[in-house]
Amino acid sequence: MSDSIDILNALALMTNFVILPALSYGSQLALGALAVTLVYSVLRFSNFAQADSMSFGTMIVILLSSYLISKGWIISGVPTALLVIPVAVIGMFAYLIAIDKLVYKHYRKIKAKSITIVMASIGVMFVTGGIVRFILTAKAQKFADGERFIFSVREFKAFTGMQQGIALKTSQFLTITIAILLVAFIFYFLQKTKTGKAMRAYSDNKELALLSGINPDKMVQITWLLVAVLTTIAGTLYGLDKGFAPQQYHLLLLPIFASVIVGGIGSPVGAIAGAFLVSFSEVLLTYAYKKFLMYLLPLSMHPNSLVQLIGTEYKYAISFVILVIVLLIKPTGLFKGKVIVDE
Amino acid sequence: MAYLEGNNLVASYGVVPILHECSVQVEKGELAVIVGPNGAGKSTVMRVLLGMLEATSGSVTLDGKDISMLSTQDRISHGLAFVPQTKNVFPSMTVEENLQMGGFIRKDDISNTINEVYELFPILYEKRKQLAEQLSGGQRQQVAFGRAMMTKPSIMLLDEPTAGVSPIVMDEIFSNILDVKNAGMAVLMVEQNAQQALNIADKGFVLVSGRNEHTGTGKELINDNEVRKKFLGG
Repeated sequence: MSDSIDILNALALMTNFVILPALSYGSQLALGALAVTLVYSVLRFSNFAQADSMSFGTMIVILLSSYLISKGWIISGVPTALLVIPVAVIGMFAYLIAIDKLVYKHYRKIKAKSITIVMASIGVMFVTGGIVRFILTAKAQKFADGERFIFSVREFKAFTGMQQGIALKTSQFLTITIAILLVAFIFYFLQKTKTGKAMRAYSDNKELALLSGINPDKMVQITWLLVAVLTTIAGTLYGLDKGFAPQQYHLLLLPIFASVIVGGIGSPVGAIAGAFLVSFSEVLLTYAYKKFLMYLLPLSMHPNSLVQLIGTEYKYAISFVILVIVLLIKPTGLFKGKVIVDE
Repeated sequence: MAYLEGNNLVASYGVVPILHECSVQVEKGELAVIVGPNGAGKSTVMRVLLGMLEATSGSVTLDGKDISMLSTQDRISHGLAFVPQTKNVFPSMTVEENLQMGGFIRKDDISNTINEVYELFPILYEKRKQLAEQLSGGQRQQVAFGRAMMTKPSIMLLDEPTAGVSPIVMDEIFSNILDVKNAGMAVLMVEQNAQQALNIADKGFVLVSGRNEHTGTGKELINDNEVRKKFLGG
C-alpha cells in the first residue's frame, strides 16, 4: 500500500464495496417497496406478506430453474433463473389471486378497517413463509449459475493498472438494468395507459371510480398482477445477488417498509427514493472505512481500527432508526404520501 | 310523463325510515331543485334515483322506461350522471385525466366531448395539465361537472353543489349549473341554499321528513308565504 494520497484508488474501493452493492440492494428494495405502495394505494392496506411473497416467488424460480438445469436445458452464460421468471410470475400471480379470494376479498366485502386487513396480511405472511420452508427447507442455498462476473477485479486491474479493482457481478448488472426497465414500465403504465389511469383513479376516489364505470374487481386483479411481476423479479434478483434463505427474505420486510414510509406511503417515486436512501444508509454505516482512509490520509494519520460506524449484525436497526426519524420529523415522507382514512 | 321520474319512493337506512311516498319529476332542459330542512331525505332521493340505495317501494323511470331494477353503472350508461357533494374529483390526477376517467365506459372517441367541456368551462382548458387538488373550489366543481358530462348524459344529478363554499364561489357555481342546463341537459339538484337555488330553478320540491310538502315553479315557491316563513327565513 502506498503512503501517498490516492483518490482514484479510494474511489475504486468505494465503488466496489459501497456504491455497486448499495445500488443493487437499493434496486431490489425499490421493486419490493413499489409492490407495497401499489397494494397500499389500490387495496388500502400495508401488505406485511410482501417479503415472504418475494421468498415464495423466488422458490418457484428455484424449483423451475433446478428442473431445467437437471435436464441440461440451459443457455451458457445466462443465469437460468432469469429464463424462468415469466413462468414464475404466472405462478406467483395465481398464488396471490388465490390468497385474495380466500382472505382479502372477504374483508373488502365487509368494508373492514385497514388495520384489520393488515392483521390478516400478517397471517398470510406466516402461511407463505411456512409453505416456502416446507417445500425448500429453511436452509440457505445458492441458485445462481451462468457467468458470475461482467468483469472481475483481476480483469479490471489488468485493464487499468490500478492497485484497487472494481468487479461488476452479473447479478448486480442484471439487478440494476432490470430494475430500471421495470420501474420505467410501471410508471409508463400508470401515467399513460387507460387501465393504469383507471387504477390511479380507483386509488384516488373509489366511489367516483365506480360512478365512472371502473370495474373494481378488474383493478384488484391488475394490482396483483403488477405485484406478482415486481415480487418475483425483486426476490429473484436479491437471491442471485445474495443467495436464498427464507429467514433473510423474511427480514427484508423491515427495510422495505422503511423505504415505503421514508419515501411517503402511496407514492411510487417515494418508494424508489426511499429504497435507495435505506440501502445507502445501511451500506455506508456498516462499511469499514479503514482502507478507504488509508488511501486518503497521510501515513501518520492512518487509522488503527476498522473505522466501522455500526457492525453489520445491526444493519436491520438502521432501517428502524430511519423509520423512527421520519415518523418524528416528517411523517408523510419525503414525497408527500397519503394516509388511509377509514370511512 | 316527465323525462326522469321518481314515483312514490319509500326508502330506509336499515330500520330508520327516510322517504315516505316521495315523488320528483324532471323534464328535459329543466332545472329542478329539491330543498328542505336537514334530515328531510333530500340526498336520499338522489341515491334512490341513482340506484345507490334500494327503494322499498316506488319506481324510477327514465324516458318512460322503468329503470328501478338497474345497477348504478347501468343507469349511468343509460344517461344519468351524478356529481356527489364531496369527493367529486380525482384529486391527484390532472384535469384532463379527470375528464378521461369520466368517459371511461365509452368505447368511441371522447376527444370531442372533452373539447365541448373545455368550451363550456374555458378555465379548465388552461388548467388541463394541473392536478385537480391544486384548483380553487369553484374550478374543482367545474372539473366535477365536466367529469360527469363525459358520458354525454341526458340528466345530471347534483348533490349540494354549493355546500361549504363562499358566496362568490356559490354564484360562480350556480352560473355553471345554468351553463350545463343551457347545454341541453336536465338538471336535478339538492340544495341547502334554498333561496338562491329556487331563484334560478324552473321547478322546486320542498321535502319535509321524507314527504313532498310543497311543489311548484321556483317563483311560486319563493312567493309562497308558508314556504318563505318555514324554509327561506322570512
